[in-house]
Amino acid sequence: MLTSIILLPFLAALVILLMPRDYRVGIRGVALLATLGSLLIATKMFLGYEAAEAGVGGYKFIQRMPWVESLGINYFVGVDGINVGLIFMGAIVAFAAACVSWEIKTNEKLYYVLLMVMTGGILGAFASLDLFFFYAFHEFALIPTFIMIGVWGRGENKNYATYNITLYLSAGALIALVGLIGLYLQVPAAQRTFDIVALTEYFRANPMATNAQHFIFPLLMFGFGILVSLWPFHTWAPLGYGAAPTATAMLHAGVLKKFGLYGLIRIALPLMPEGAKQWLNVLALLCLGNILYCGWVAMRQRDLNQLIGNSSVAHMGFVFLGIASLNLIGVTGAVVVMIAHGLLAALTFALSGYIRTQTNTLNMDEMGGLLRKLPFIGAALVMAMMAGCGLPGFANFVGELSVMFGAWKASFGHAKWFVVAAAWGGLVIGAIYMLRAVRSVLHGELSEKWNDVQDAVLWRKTPFVLLLVALVAFGFWPRLLTDKIKPSAEAIVKMATATKVPEPKVQTAQAK
Amino acid sequence: MNTALISLEIAVLVLAFGILLLDLWLPAENKRKLGYVAALGAGAILVASYIWLPVNATFVIGTTPFHVTLPALGDNLVMDLPALFFKRFFLVAAVIVLLMSAEFASRIQSGISEFYSLTLIALAGMMFAASAKDFAMLFVSVELITITFYILTSFERNRVASLEAGVKYLILGGLASAFMVYGIALVYGTSGTMNFTELSAKAQSLADQPVFLMGLLLVVGGLAFKIAAFPFQIWAPDVYQGSPAPATAFLAVGSKAAGLILLMRVLFSALPLEFIARWKGLLMAMSAITILYGSLCAIPQRNLKRLLGYSSIANGGFLLLGLAAMSEAGKVAVLYYLSGYLFTVLAAFTVISVVLRATDIEDISGLAGLNQRSPLLAGAMTLAMVSLAGIPPLAGFFGKFLLLKAAIEQGSAYYWLVGVALFGVVISLYYYFGIIRAIYWSKDPADVSPLTVSLPLKFSLGACVAGMLYLGIYPSTALNLVTVAVRDWK
Repeated sequence: MLTSIILLPFLAALVILLMPRDYRVGIRGVALLATLGSLLIATKMFLGYEAAEAGVGGYKFIQRMPWVESLGINYFVGVDGINVGLIFMGAIVAFAAACVSWEIKTNEKLYYVLLMVMTGGILGAFASLDLFFFYAFHEFALIPTFIMIGVWGRGENKNYATYNITLYLSAGALIALVGLIGLYLQVPAAQRTFDIVALTEYFRANPMATNAQHFIFPLLMFGFGILVSLWPFHTWAPLGYGAAPTATAMLHAGVLKKFGLYGLIRIALPLMPEGAKQWLNVLALLCLGNILYCGWVAMRQRDLNQLIGNSSVAHMGFVFLGIASLNLIGVTGAVVVMIAHGLLAALTFALSGYIRTQTNTLNMDEMGGLLRKLPFIGAALVMAMMAGCGLPGFANFVGELSVMFGAWKASFGHAKWFVVAAAWGGLVIGAIYMLRAVRSVLHGELSEKWNDVQDAVLWRKTPFVLLLVALVAFGFWPRLLTDKIKPSAEAIVKMATATKVPEPKVQTAQAK
Repeated sequence: MNTALISLEIAVLVLAFGILLLDLWLPAENKRKLGYVAALGAGAILVASYIWLPVNATFVIGTTPFHVTLPALGDNLVMDLPALFFKRFFLVAAVIVLLMSAEFASRIQSGISEFYSLTLIALAGMMFAASAKDFAMLFVSVELITITFYILTSFERNRVASLEAGVKYLILGGLASAFMVYGIALVYGTSGTMNFTELSAKAQSLADQPVFLMGLLLVVGGLAFKIAAFPFQIWAPDVYQGSPAPATAFLAVGSKAAGLILLMRVLFSALPLEFIARWKGLLMAMSAITILYGSLCAIPQRNLKRLLGYSSIANGGFLLLGLAAMSEAGKVAVLYYLSGYLFTVLAAFTVISVVLRATDIEDISGLAGLNQRSPLLAGAMTLAMVSLAGIPPLAGFFGKFLLLKAAIEQGSAYYWLVGVALFGVVISLYYYFGIIRAIYWSKDPADVSPLTVSLPLKFSLGACVAGMLYLGIYPSTALNLVTVAVRDWK
């Protein structure tokens, strides 16, 4: 089941590669069908998750196949409560990204091949339970990202942005790779494996040497951190997203970026509790840089894409905070924010991309009154911005509130007040720039030059509706997510704290 | 000495002289096609190397049994599995280079048959090098390769750049050979033996003799010249830029690999492990500086072949990193990395030679619009660059992965070297992506007329791409083969 979710986009890439380049409708059709197929299977998996039978290590829908036996590399996929939601979210965003790709008019064949490879790589990275594949799938998805920004990107900074994002992300990935190899080598030669489940079992029984933990944990934390635009390594993100074509920005900001966070939760925390103890306080401080500094930067932006890019960096701060709090509700909240923000980032980039095709600019000073011309897109943008402020009713609220609870309960020492107050301040900052953006784009005087602007027609509404429905659904029924996440998060937190103090049950906050 | 041991080399030399003879009877317009004959012949020898040699040993790795061939051993030649691996490696390289030269023939004014024949003679030299187990054999095979390359690099007689490349290679190559032969003399003078096995037994007792150490150091220096490692790398960019593209390709793959197998023989066959353990620092420093030099100097380059020259220096540094690890995993990584490097670099040079023939622009901007001119060439070049940059799922990634793993495995003394290597990889992404950028999104390409690719070149590009993908996506079988080869080290 998981394999077919990953394989469909790759097969589509192969089929498109063999099609003549002027079969535009056909190429687009194949891409849409493949992502829709992945989405349907992912939906079935998400809904059937509870009923499914658990296999090795509590993972479900497991498939494995030996790959390089002499090094202990297996093709091994499976889901638990943490990645089932991420894969579902990734499949939604991938379909939406394929839908909004109608704006691409040049060299479509190459574009869709890259889009499909990127999609397959992303879904594969989240499904992999083997460190090698986990890493390789992610890198595999990065290359199309770079090329897509370079070829179909926009703005004068395109080349600079491409190089910037390429070098930053590759550096991050390589640092993480060294950490992962270091982790692999901590196991005695006879038992070496890249299998995450087996590694987890091994380190549960034989905790890793403390000095090795202190060395490997920061490699993973900063390596993965760069991939998630941890302050102060975040400058690639707004730049890259500003230049990227819509679908690429949606997929990267929405899904691929979460890879680093997922890696921290899945690998760094449970395997290296000592390292975590030492370094998570640093992470808690750095994430305030994301929340406050990047929020502040977002306030000053006059370009809608730059604003969204910076706000997406700021939101990552909440996930880091949830991880740093290292308790059940914090980690659960972090995962919920990851999923909610994935949907939200995809939605906002899709909307700004749509507005751009209509107005050819994203400068908010030139816009105004667009709500009259774009009733549907405008309304969706208002909802997206509300979700971004953390308004109850959207999934983001659930996640951010849980993260706040988690941070409050966490042992940051005397800094606790400060951390929570700062995070709360971040929410206020978010509300300021989001609402200001709504005002300057949608309200006010309608300039004459926007007379030709057209609202989305019926079928072009699909991706927006889909993303909004998912956001609202998870906002109203957060237990769809939290019930799945909690048991898995509990196991991870238990290993990460290692003092076997089970968290007192705290009811996850419910919207409304 | 057992002649069966050098049957492959004899076959290659017969082929080389056969081509020269055939040249006498062929009309001028058909001489170009001799390249296909030479490539087919080399291909046949490659196939023969699998059928011909008798089976007499079995290794089991994992669950897969491997039957290996071990003909009788001579005292100055060895036919172990690493030797066989390298011989096949050189044969594959030669087939692709010969196909490339047949395509490139129109740019070579006269004597194309000699070009083919010299390529085959260089190939024979490399294959001898793969088996060398004696300093005399080492020196003879190195000279056979180097002297042939003096001619190959300056083969475009009407181009000043090519002549310049030839002269530079001649002077610096001559200097390196002098170093080496002087070193060999010193080693022989102190130890009284040329043979690697005998030397290995004596080396430890000579470990405190400065003259002996000096001799070894000079030999290592001479070999470092072949793999363009610091501080003997200075010739590479100029020679790569000036030589005809097929000669550059063979230099980048064949000559480098020959230098590497000889260096590995000297380090791991001629000297005991406890002896060379003291040289760990030297090898690590050479590796680090070579990686940095190659990567940093490649940044401002605009000439494609020159850029690949610097990239080849950097790759030489990565290979040295595998040697510096001084472990089985390190050797396995080196052999695997080289295999990936073979397909990657040959794919890149094949594309370059086609583009060069059509446009005569050696600048990166000559690739502009390649995506519209020929998606096949554009795709192959992109894959080659991505593989050189070390990104999955291509061969370069798995090779770098094995190298890094081998180095990290050796403990904290190697961490700084790993850091340098990572820095090199990130920088290299910058210039490899410069090439991808030129292919896909350079502004208004001057020429978008379609480029045609002949059938043999399609075949060799296809083989290179298949090799890159196979080694990257399904490394299991190849890794086992390489591991078996390294375990059979004599």
